Order: sequence, then C-alpha cells, then structure tokens
Amino acid sequence: MESIISDYNYWIYILLMMIGLYAMLAKNNLVKKVIGMSIFQTAIIVFYVSIGAKEHATIPIIAHGHGHGAVEAAIDVTHYANPLPHVLMLTAIVVSVGTLGVALAICLGIYRRYNSLEEDEIQEQLQ
Amino acid sequence: MSFVEQAPVLIVILPLLSAFLVNMVGLINRRYCLPFAILGIFGSFTASVITLIRIMEHGVIHYRLGGWPPPFGIEYVIDHFNGLVLVTVSFVSLLAVIFSKESIKQELPEKIPQFYTLFVLLVTGLLGMTVTGDAFNLYVLLEISALTGYALIAMGDNKALVASFNYVILGTIGASFYLLGVGHLYIMTGSLNMANLLTILPDLYSLNVIFIALLLILVGTWIKMAFFPMHGWLPNAYTYAPSAAGCLVAPLVTKVSVYIMIRIMLSVFSPLYVYSVVGLSDTIVWMAVIAILSGSILALAQTDFKKMLTYLIVAEVGYMVGGAWLASSSGLTGAILHIVNDALMTLCLFIFAGIVIYKRGGQQLQDLAGLYKKMPITMAAFTVGALSMIGVPPTAGFFSKWYLILGAIDAGKYHFMAALLVSSLVNAILFFRVIEIAYFEPKVDHHGGDSHKVAIDEAPLSMLVPLIIVALSLIVIGLYSGDIVTNIIQHSVPAGL
Amino acid sequence: METITSIKPLLAVLVSLVAVIPIVASGSKPNLREAWTFLAGIIKFGLVVSMLPLVLNGSVIEYTLIEVLPGLPIQFRVDPMGMLFALVSSSLWIVTSAYSIGYMRGLDEHSQTRYFSFFAVALSATIGVAFSANLFTMYLFYEMLSLATYPLVTHHQDDEARISGRKYLSYILGTSIGLVLPAMLIIYSLTGTLDFAGQGILSIGLSKSTVTVLLLMCVFGFAKAGIMPFHAWLPAAMVAPTPVSALLHAVAVVKVGVFSIFRVITGIFGTDLLLSLNLGTVLCYIAAFTILTASLIALSQDGLKRRLAFSTIGQLSYIILGASLLSPKGQTGGLMHIAMHAFGKITLFMCAGAIFVATGKKYISEMVGIGKRMPVTMTAFLIGSLSVIGLPPTGGFISKWFLVLGTLEADQITMLVVLLGSSLLNAAYFLPVVYRAFFCTPEESLFEDKVQEAPLWCVVPLVLTAIISVGLFFFPQPFFNLARLAIQGLSGG
Repeated sequence: MESIISDYNYWIYILLMMIGLYAMLAKNNLVKKVIGMSIFQTAIIVFYVSIGAKEHATIPIIAHGHGHGAVEAAIDVTHYANPLPHVLMLTAIVVSVGTLGVALAICLGIYRRYNSLEEDEIQEQLQ
Repeated sequence: MSFVEQAPVLIVILPLLSAFLVNMVGLINRRYCLPFAILGIFGSFTASVITLIRIMEHGVIHYRLGGWPPPFGIEYVIDHFNGLVLVTVSFVSLLAVIFSKESIKQELPEKIPQFYTLFVLLVTGLLGMTVTGDAFNLYVLLEISALTGYALIAMGDNKALVASFNYVILGTIGASFYLLGVGHLYIMTGSLNMANLLTILPDLYSLNVIFIALLLILVGTWIKMAFFPMHGWLPNAYTYAPSAAGCLVAPLVTKVSVYIMIRIMLSVFSPLYVYSVVGLSDTIVWMAVIAILSGSILALAQTDFKKMLTYLIVAEVGYMVGGAWLASSSGLTGAILHIVNDALMTLCLFIFAGIVIYKRGGQQLQDLAGLYKKMPITMAAFTVGALSMIGVPPTAGFFSKWYLILGAIDAGKYHFMAALLVSSLVNAILFFRVIEIAYFEPKVDHHGGDSHKVAIDEAPLSMLVPLIIVALSLIVIGLYSGDIVTNIIQHSVPAGL
Repeated sequence: METITSIKPLLAVLVSLVAVIPIVASGSKPNLREAWTFLAGIIKFGLVVSMLPLVLNGSVIEYTLIEVLPGLPIQFRVDPMGMLFALVSSSLWIVTSAYSIGYMRGLDEHSQTRYFSFFAVALSATIGVAFSANLFTMYLFYEMLSLATYPLVTHHQDDEARISGRKYLSYILGTSIGLVLPAMLIIYSLTGTLDFAGQGILSIGLSKSTVTVLLLMCVFGFAKAGIMPFHAWLPAAMVAPTPVSALLHAVAVVKVGVFSIFRVITGIFGTDLLLSLNLGTVLCYIAAFTILTASLIALSQDGLKRRLAFSTIGQLSYIILGASLLSPKGQTGGLMHIAMHAFGKITLFMCAGAIFVATGKKYISEMVGIGKRMPVTMTAFLIGSLSVIGLPPTGGFISKWFLVLGTLEADQITMLVVLLGSSLLNAAYFLPVVYRAFFCTPEESLFEDKVQEAPLWCVVPLVLTAIISVGLFFFPQPFFNLARLAIQGLSGG
C-alpha cells in the first residue's frame, strides 16, 4: 500500500498516458487525436522529469569556487540532483513540439481538402 | 584528423549539412537542389564504404562525439553489423535520390526544395540511428526520420494526407513506447550508453522492470517496422506517398527498425537474456508466422500494384523478426542478410512502380499490360526483383531465405519454415500474375513475323540506371552472399547460439 | 579416377547464354540471327565433345565458380552420367535449331527473336543441370530452366497459352519450391553438404521414415519428370510451337527432371541405402503406375501432340524405373533410355510439326492417308515409333533390353510384366497412326495422291534424327560406354 502511494509519480504518468491513448484511438476529431498525442508524449516527459526530481537538492555545479575547503562539500552527492533526465527531456520536448507541428500541418491540409476534421466524414469522402 | 578517421561522423554530418545547403540553394534556383542532395548522400555513401572496409581490417570502431568518453558523451559504435546496414542505407538512398529527378519534376514540381531537404534529412536520421551507440540519441534520430517521413508521405496524392496522419499517430505511440522502455532501463542502471548497459544489466536480469523495459522497446520498434498486427499505418502511407518518397521510405524505414530491434536484443540486452532468460522466442516466432501469412494473403487481395507491394513488406518484416527470434545462428544470419536483400528488392520494385506511374499515370495491375514489348529493359530488371522476392537462385532473396529456413530447421520451428515456403509460393503467384499481365498484350496478332514492331518506349535514363544497378546488385549480392556472410555477418552473430 | 580442373564445363554452359546478346542485337536480320544460334550450338557441342575422351578415360573434369554458401559452391563436374545427358541435349539443339527455322518461318510466327533467345537460355540451363556437382547448383539451373521456358510455352500469347502457362508454372515452381527446396535444406542441415557422392551422402543412420519422406519429396518435387500426379503440365505445355515441344518436352525439360531424380537417387541417397531400406520397390511401383496409366490415356488421345505428350510421361517413368531398380543393368538401361528415347521422341515431335506446317492438321483422325502425301515424314515417324516402342532395329530396343535385364537382376518380375505390357500399349497407340497413314483405300484417304512435304529445313532434321535412331541400334557404344562408366563409378565409390 505504501509503495502505491509513495510511487504516485508513476501512477500519474500512467493515468496521463491512458488519457492520451484513449483520445488518440477513440476520438473522431483529428485535432482531438493530436491533443491526445500531445498528452501521451507529455506523460513520458513527466515520467522522466519525476525520476530526476529530488527534494532539497540543487544543480550539480560547484558553487564555492576553487578554494581548497570547498571540495568536501562538493563531493556530497546527496545535495545534488541528477540533471541528465531533465536535459534529455529538453530534447524530447523539442521532438514533441516538432511532431505536434507536423500533425497540425497535416490536419490543416486535410481540412483544406476535405473541408472537415471529423474522421468519419473524411472516410466517406475517401470511398 | 584524416577523412578516414572522421568517416564515422561524416556519414551523418555530410547529409545533414547538405540538407541545409539544399534548402538554401533552393531559394536561389530549385535546379541546384538535386546536385547538392546527391553530393551529400554520395559523400555519406563513400564514408560508409570506407568505414566498413576499416572495420573489416581493424575491427569495431568507437567514435566519441566531441571527445567525451562514454557513458557521459554520445558514442558512435560501428561494428560489422551496422557497417553493413550503413552501406545498404546510403546505397539505397543514393539510387533513390537519382531516381527522384524526373519523378519529382512530374509529381511535385512546386515543392522541389522542400522535398529534397526532407529527403536528405530522412537519410540523415536513418544513418544516425544506425550509427549511434546511445539509446537516447537513437530516440531523437528515430523521431527525426519519422517526422521527415510523415511530411514526405503527406506530399503525395489525395489520400496521402489521411494516411500520413494515421502514421503520425501510430508512429508517435511507437516512439513513445521506445522512450518509455529506455526510461525504465535508465532508472535501473543510470546509463544510456548501449555498451555500458550491456555490462550493467546482467545483475538485474531477475527483475521484472527489465523485462517490462524489453517489452516496451520491442512493441515500440514493432510499431515502427509495421510488424503484424501493428502494421495498420503502413499500406496506405506507402501506397499514396509520392513515388520518389516511396522509393526511400519503403525500403529503408522498416529495415532500419528491424536493425534497431536486433541491435537492442544483442547489444543492450544479451542473447542469453532474450533467448534464454525470458521465454519469448516461441511466442514471437508464432507472431512472425502469422505476420508472414497475413501479409501474403492480404497482398493477394490487392489490385493496386503498389499496395500489393506494401503488404509484401509486412510479410517480409515477419521474415526478419522471426529469423531474429529463432535463437539459432543461421536464423540470425538470415535476418541480418535479409535486411540488406529486402532493402534492395523493395527498392527495385518501388522504382519499377515509380516508372510505371511516370509512364502510364497509374499503379493498378492493368496499367502494366503489354509492358514487356514497350519497356523490355525495365521489365527485365523488374523480373529480377520479382524472382528475388520469390526466392529463385541466384538472386539475393534466395540466400536469405536459405539461411532463415536453415535456422528454422536448426531451431526445430517447422511452422516458421512452412510459413516461409508458403510465402514464397504466394509471391510466385503474385509476381507471375503481374508478369502475365505485362507479357500478354490485350490483343495479339498471332502471325505476321516480326513485321509489327511495337515502338520501344523506355523511361528516362535517370530512372532506368538506378533500376538496372539495383537489379544487377541483387544478382551480385546473391552470388557473393557467401563472402558477405563469412566476412561481415558472422562477426555480428554471437558465438554459442 | 583422375580429377582435372578445367574451365570448359563453365564455357559449355555459358556459350549459349552469351549468345543471347548477339541474337537480340541482330534481331532485325533473321539470317544473321540464326547464324549466331548455329554458331553457339556448334561451339557448345564442340566443347562437350572435346571433354568426351577424357571422361571415357575415367577422368572427371571439375570447375568451381564461386562459394555462395558455406560448403556449397556453384560447382561443375563432368562425369559420365552428366556427359551422356549433355551430349544428347547439345547435339539435338543444333538439329532443332535447323528445324525451328523451317517451322517458325514456315508459319510466319511472331517474336522470333525472343523465341531464339530463350531457347538459348534454356539450353544453358540444361547443360548446367547436366554438369552440376551438387544438388544446390542443380536446383539453381533447374529453376532457371523453368523460368526460361515459360516464354517459349506461352509463345502464342493467346488465352490458351495463358492458361497453359499458369498450369506449367504452378506445377513446376510449386513443386520445386514446395518440395525440393525444403528437402534440400533438411538434407543440408543433416549432413552439411549437398555434393553428389558415389555412394550418397545420407548413409548416416537416419530412420527409415525420414529417408522415405525426403525421397518422396525429391522424386515428386522434380515435377519436370512428369511422375503422376504431377504430370498435367506436360500435355498443357503442348500449346507451345512444335520445336519447343520437340526439344524441351521430349529432351531438355523432361529429361532434366528424370536426370535430377537419377542424380538424387544415386548421388544423395545412394543405392545401398535405398536397397537396405527396400525403398527402391516403392519407387518402382510409383513409376510403374505412371507408365501404365499414361500409356492407357495416350490410347484415347486424338491430338497427335497430346498423344506424344502422354507417351513421353510413360517413357520418362521407364527411366525412373530403371533408376529405382537399383541394379547395375537396370540403371544402365535407364541412363541409356535418356538418350534413346530422346532421339526417338524428337523425331516423332518433329514429324507432328512437319505435318502441321505442311497441312495444318493436328488430329490423328485427320491424318488418314497422309503417308502418300508426306512419305518421308511418315517413314521417319514409323522409325521413331519403333524406337519408342523398343523394337529392333532402333536404339530404343537396346535401352529397353537393359531395363528388362535389370528387372530380372533385381528380381522384380512384376516390373518385367509392366515393361512388356507397356510396350504392347505403346505399339497400340503408335502403329495405328502409321498404318492409317499408309494403308487405306483411295476413298478413305483425306489427301490427294501427290507428294508434298514440309519445307526442307523441317524435313532434313527429322530424317537425320530418324537415321541416328537406327544408327544407335548398331553403334550404341558412345552412350553405352558412358552409362556403363557412370554406373561403375557409383559402385566403385
């Protein structure tokens, strides 16, 4: 029970993922599908960010300059958060923004051609 | 800092730079786009060949980007396996870009700079995925090639937009699953470097998390390679894409995804883990059998030539996934060899389809009628491609099938052997149906000697030459497949399988 | 036994393949084009003959082209068995080329360039099969032959050709991919080699059921041999122009089928293994069934070419029977029958073609009294019939004699009865044709009493093969010696 509560970050990301997946597969409107896709990607970003989060920790930059006395403080890892997941997510956010852009551009193209964003109406026209 | 030493990074950088250049010169004059695109890809091809030769002489190459040592920096690791895939990818792209010249002029005259920019970026993404030794870097490149792929496909005819949209949705799900799997590995190990992961993971094999991570990564790559039943996006997307984009996307994207799957299986997890610790082999081989049979049967039902080819890709993906999971060294050899062969066969057939669309304006089977008389050279090259798909020696397709069946026998998985044979027979039916249509003309003057000559009307040289080269390469690779296997592939197949 | 390395076998295979280039290039000049065909044919025959003395001296000529799979090179080996087959097919190619010119020009057929090109490719494949040193190389050329003959079978490009073409390919490719390929892979997986060895490569303590299944896969898989129930493609393929039927469906294609089976029985399974498991008898009965059924069906056929086709199906199984008797005399007879039947049957086919060119008749019922109009052709037809039936003074008698001796040697009295009964049936379906052609009242005759033969290009080749058929009765030595050497090689190891 305790593990379920203490790992709440996982539950949040799984919930977000499911919402996104539902929207992508079940929604009829193409833009809603795109929104679902964005939520889905965000879920994974949340997951990565949460695993890098650490209370009372700071960025791993040695703040005390180059003095000899500062070395011991710098080595204590408990004071620092691992920045890598966050940095990775910067890239992932860029990727997801790119995907969003492409998806919306395609939606726009579809709307211009079929005059609709509803999937069933488009399918009808395709037949 | 010689060219040879820097070749691994040049493989990716040259096309990346040329993508910028293509875009720039496109603003001045769109006629300059193609030469720059060709130049970039040709440079990449040269660098790939040099790298492969160096690997064959000196063994695996580790290249540290910016000089950062792993696991902190990104590392390019090129062994015999991805050396081979690199040469294949750059070779296929080179032929596809040469082919695109006339086809793009006809289909997309307004969008030449955009097309070539995306085209070269896609090649960059594919090469980057192949060359990298870093699991997260791989994700980014996976998405680069996917994003450019979506856009290229959306440039096609009416139905392409909807097909591309479905591809975006499913492709993103696939990539996200991959990223999630990598995330799980990162939590457990704190590393993203493949070689580093390989050394850390064995202590954690008993944990469920690792298994979940493997499953997530597998499902992700399966969606990307259109492994049945996750193939839904592929047929429409590849059918309605512009011919020139189809020639790049269809042969390479699925094959590079298969490469990634095998790479992850062997170099992140280990053969011990994927074949022995987790008992997935049987299930996945059965799935591959179903993929092969379904792809073949669905292909039979098509009257659209290109769509038929796309379902065959679905079947061929089954070959490779099944071969990789047979857990026998012949099976893995066959899967790796088939990556090369299938890329070339698919290229051959898609270039042919492109030529038919260029000349006849359609891609239905009946548009092929009477082609043997009108375009004998094109049809000869197509016949070689078709025979390779059927698996007639000495074309390349026969040899990969040989290793795959041998692997199935060694592993005692006779259902996989049966599926391969059935698929060969279905391919024979499919392609002889096409050959028959092209060979029998609507009406034939029974007698009359050679007096009634049909004027030969071949496609332009820039389309014909890539087709001939790829058809010849199918035969050459077939004849030299023994050398390829002993000198290159054997080094990548783990001993003791 | 001495092994010589020489490139000659490769050249013999390639010469007709290379000849395709000048044939296509000179497509608009028919005389020049046909000159290339002849040149290639003569060079090919010359190369084969030049290797004959060495082979007769007991040497084996080998050439390895390239090792495509580990332990599996594309390799050529000229031994007596292959030599015998190569000699038959390369010599008959020259004769048929001459005949083709007469036939194709006589009927003013379309696409003659394509026709001669694929003919040349088919011959390359045939010689390739003859000289193959392992099952893999043989499979390669076997498939090449299947594909090269498709445009020949469907030459007329009408609906009938389309349907026959489908039937042809589905039988031939279906069996080779569906049966031979897996059998070959399983054998390779078990033994690690596919080389044709004197005593077979499978004698490694396999269970009887495994060997039986593999044997049946191979025997039925090489469907070019026309063993029932995989025979239906042969009558269907008779839509092809007659020279194609003559060379390919009396000599090259079908003989490639039986030759492959012969090779597999002797070189892969090995006589001793089959004897010890008593599998020869099984094959004998399969062959006997085909012999009798095909002969009976032939009786009821009115189309001359169809009757010849069913006769071929029966005769091919004679050769299979000879191989499966597993006795030296029987196998010698089987090998010689490859040659003897080839010369006899090609004569018959060329006669059928000559009749078609001269009169346009295809059915036996329309040929009453034709002997008066085409006496030379019908005499040749008689000689060909005698050879196929196995009566002296023709070559067919010799091979059948050895087959009969083989049944006695192997103690297979049933097979003796089958052979004799089938000979009677052969006589029953051939001799009436000849009889009605020559002996009928003037009222019954459908032809005027005036000699009018087919063009000279058609008649000379068939007369030549008829003469050779008779000649082989008196001088069977070249083929007999080769067959004897081949069988000795098997037991000598």
